[in-house]
Amino acid sequence: MSAFLPVQIIFSLFLLFAASRVWLRLKDGSLTLANFFFWFGLFVFAIIGVFKPELTSMVAKSLGINRGSDAVIYASILLLFYLIFRTNVLLENLRHDLTKLVRTIALSQQKKK
Amino acid sequence: MKLILILPALNEAKVIARVLRQIKLVAAKLPVSTEICVINDGSGDQTAAISKKAGVTVLTHVINRGLGASLSTGLEYAKRVKADFAITMDSDGQHDPADLITVLTPLLNKQTDVVIGSRLLRPTGHMPWLRKINNQAFNLLTRLLFGVVTTDSLSGFRGFSKPAIQSIELKTERMEVSNEFFTEIKRHHLKFAEVPIRVIYTDYSLTKGVKPGNVFAILFRLLLRLVR
Repeated sequence: MSAFLPVQIIFSLFLLFAASRVWLRLKDGSLTLANFFFWFGLFVFAIIGVFKPELTSMVAKSLGINRGSDAVIYASILLLFYLIFRTNVLLENLRHDLTKLVRTIALSQQKKK
Repeated sequence: MKLILILPALNEAKVIARVLRQIKLVAAKLPVSTEICVINDGSGDQTAAISKKAGVTVLTHVINRGLGASLSTGLEYAKRVKADFAITMDSDGQHDPADLITVLTPLLNKQTDVVIGSRLLRPTGHMPWLRKINNQAFNLLTRLLFGVVTTDSLSGFRGFSKPAIQSIELKTERMEVSNEFFTEIKRHHLKFAEVPIRVIYTDYSLTKGVKPGNVFAILFRLLLRLVR
């Protein structure tokens, strides 16, 4: 019989896959070093949590939460909300840059006439 | 002295020729040299061609970027040509060109930096009740968020002095721009006044403007843009 639960094997394989993508994105230059540390650290912590769930329980207790899994869910929701906000800001910035470009074209075409 | 008349337009081919004809008649009588500037915001119809044929300046956004982006382009153009005044008007025919002098006069007399043409200061015509509620909600929002009291925060008929043209920098790109003007008025300590204007509601013009259901989307985008 395996020493690990099926869920631990599936989760850890997925997290290793995710961490490998982060490493590849750093190598091809599409991820900054700060972003690499953030995402790589996040997946490494998640892997540790999968194999040592008692660690999440310790953290949870110190935060006043009964179960480790609850702490992970609360933290994940907070993180997801923040990342959605950041994505929205990024999209707005892209829209703004696109508008600037469109405006520059409109004004330069008028100048040519 | 030079006035730039900014008309943001999206798919207005049905009405733009008549609107420009009426504006030109009034503009010829204004005490300033007037240049009409249509901002064609990625229209898929003949808006740009008809406007060019009418002999006005046309600035074309190659893709649609929204009302706020169009107004920014118009104000940027006014800045570049060193205009003394800029007035924004809707291009769907809901504004009466006869009110141009009403909006321009406080600017000419240096009484104020920004003039808002208010449809509700001396109401004429029948504003649909849903639009009235919508307007009141946005007026309250403008008061709560920016501390500026206005009777018509969604009005598209606005006048700007040279200092206002030079200092206003819009960040929003869509309908939320109407409220952003008030943050800019406050941020740059610009003097602001309201004058009553007439509004002409037609079946066509009622299909345009801020829809009541968009209130929350506009609020969200406004906050997002301001905290960006």
